[in-house]
Amino acid sequence: MEAIKTMGLTKYYGKERGIINLDLLVKEGEFFGFIGPNGAGKSTTIRTLLGLLKPTDGKAAIFGKDIQKEQTEIRKQVGYLPSEAIFYQGMKVKDILKLSADLRKKNCEKEAKKLCERLQLDPGRKVEELSFGNRKKVGIVCALLHEPKLLILDEPTSGLDPLMQREFFQILKERNEEGTTVFLSSHILSEIQRNCTRAAIIREGSVTACDSVENLMKNRAKRVTVHGEFKPDFLKGVKDLKQIENGISFLYAGDINELIYQLSQKHMTDLVIAEPDLEEVFMHYYQDGGETA
Amino acid sequence: MTLTKHELKQGMLSLIIWTISIAFLMVICILLFPEMKGEMNEVGDLFSSMGSFTAAFGMDQVSFGTLEGFYAVECGNILGLGGAFFAAFCAVTMLSKEEKDHTGEFLLTHPISRNYVISGKLAAVIVEIILLNLIVLAASYVSLVAIGEEIPWKEILLLHLAYFFLQLEIGGICFGISAFIRRGTMGIGLGLASVLYFLNIVANISDKVDFLRYITPFAYAEGTDIVTNGKIETGILALGLAYGGAGILAAYWQYNRKDIH
Repeated sequence: MEAIKTMGLTKYYGKERGIINLDLLVKEGEFFGFIGPNGAGKSTTIRTLLGLLKPTDGKAAIFGKDIQKEQTEIRKQVGYLPSEAIFYQGMKVKDILKLSADLRKKNCEKEAKKLCERLQLDPGRKVEELSFGNRKKVGIVCALLHEPKLLILDEPTSGLDPLMQREFFQILKERNEEGTTVFLSSHILSEIQRNCTRAAIIREGSVTACDSVENLMKNRAKRVTVHGEFKPDFLKGVKDLKQIENGISFLYAGDINELIYQLSQKHMTDLVIAEPDLEEVFMHYYQDGGETA
Repeated sequence: MTLTKHELKQGMLSLIIWTISIAFLMVICILLFPEMKGEMNEVGDLFSSMGSFTAAFGMDQVSFGTLEGFYAVECGNILGLGGAFFAAFCAVTMLSKEEKDHTGEFLLTHPISRNYVISGKLAAVIVEIILLNLIVLAASYVSLVAIGEEIPWKEILLLHLAYFFLQLEIGGICFGISAFIRRGTMGIGLGLASVLYFLNIVANISDKVDFLRYITPFAYAEGTDIVTNGKIETGILALGLAYGGAGILAAYWQYNRKDIH
């Protein structure tokens, strides 16, 4: 079954674009990355899926349930971590967690205690006394305490120190292995590359590419680094050309035989042809308009 | 129920401050009555001959020298205006604060419907208004017993009932407004209560703007009218409660269709 399925999902804020004809499919059990810079439509997509925003057009379903007609049922199965976790002033962490559990009509005391211990979060502290990172931890516990089938995480690691990020992703990995679908929205590409199996790239409100992270990285483009006299003047499909010490480096998306032929005509001291990292793939989709998934 | 309890906890400090303030002023007023009663016989004529000012506060209809007359004007203004401000403040922030304080994202991503949120918050507004009125009534009762005067029960209870309805009406209207706005809520609520109060004063001064009585809830909660007639004017009361009901319906309509930012 699909954990998330959107068909032509569109959201305008008046005349301003939010998302346009967004098609997305996340299978149950996946660790899915949703990549895009600020303003691309990531949060709009998530907030529309969760029923906070009313779609202008299109349809979407979570676990086969319509996001407009069955919101309450959907939210029972979803844990959500917003990019900025804000809670009621004057409340202690434990009161927030209790409120969250009560609104879900579930006793989550045991799970909440376990998560607080793992994330080193003091439940006796008042939320307004917490740092940004610690407030984020409260958000993480709220998203996880009812053991949801789907986790929707919007920029989850902002504010967390590296050790806590590692612990957080360890928890996500364990949950994912137990069957939880993870939908991770981020602009930190290394985070997606390390943790996700599939990912979608969103650009100006629409999905530009959607594939396994491995395939997205494979893409046609290769990072070519040449030490020597070589200049790629006669090659088609050269991008991001950089001068380096004793040579050049560029992304190459043209005919590989042509590249080898041209290289063989020149004297080189070293040559590296490698997969580009996800950041370079991302820039490829952003600078060139990318291709439709 | 969970949400109502949460809202009551969140609003407890504000409720305590408003209730103590209103009750304290009511108690002071009542405790001053025995001393003022004697003096009122001398200044009663003065109060009833100040033209528009006398009419504005209905002092041409009742005597300050009687407990019910004194209660209707002095205590009526304290509870009428104070209660209206509290109801407006409490209701106008109830829905809008989730967006203003950015807590809506936390609340509305739980498995609860928007109708549940509206109903839970409305229940909190009503419970807070009931609590304020019960405590103020109890404080008034103790004060009235303390001054040893015979308590005009019918008039006192009718006055308190009228102010309770007034607060429900203003609460209902402000609750509706709360669903439409995100910022500047408190100013709008307190401003609305003030405008409605002054509309009644204007209506009392001039017969030409009598239609204002059909707009402001302070018309059916006019203490001097209630004491003089021994009843609340049911026609304008029903109209006022209909305004409050319309505000609540507007809240359900708007909050169910709006985007939560």
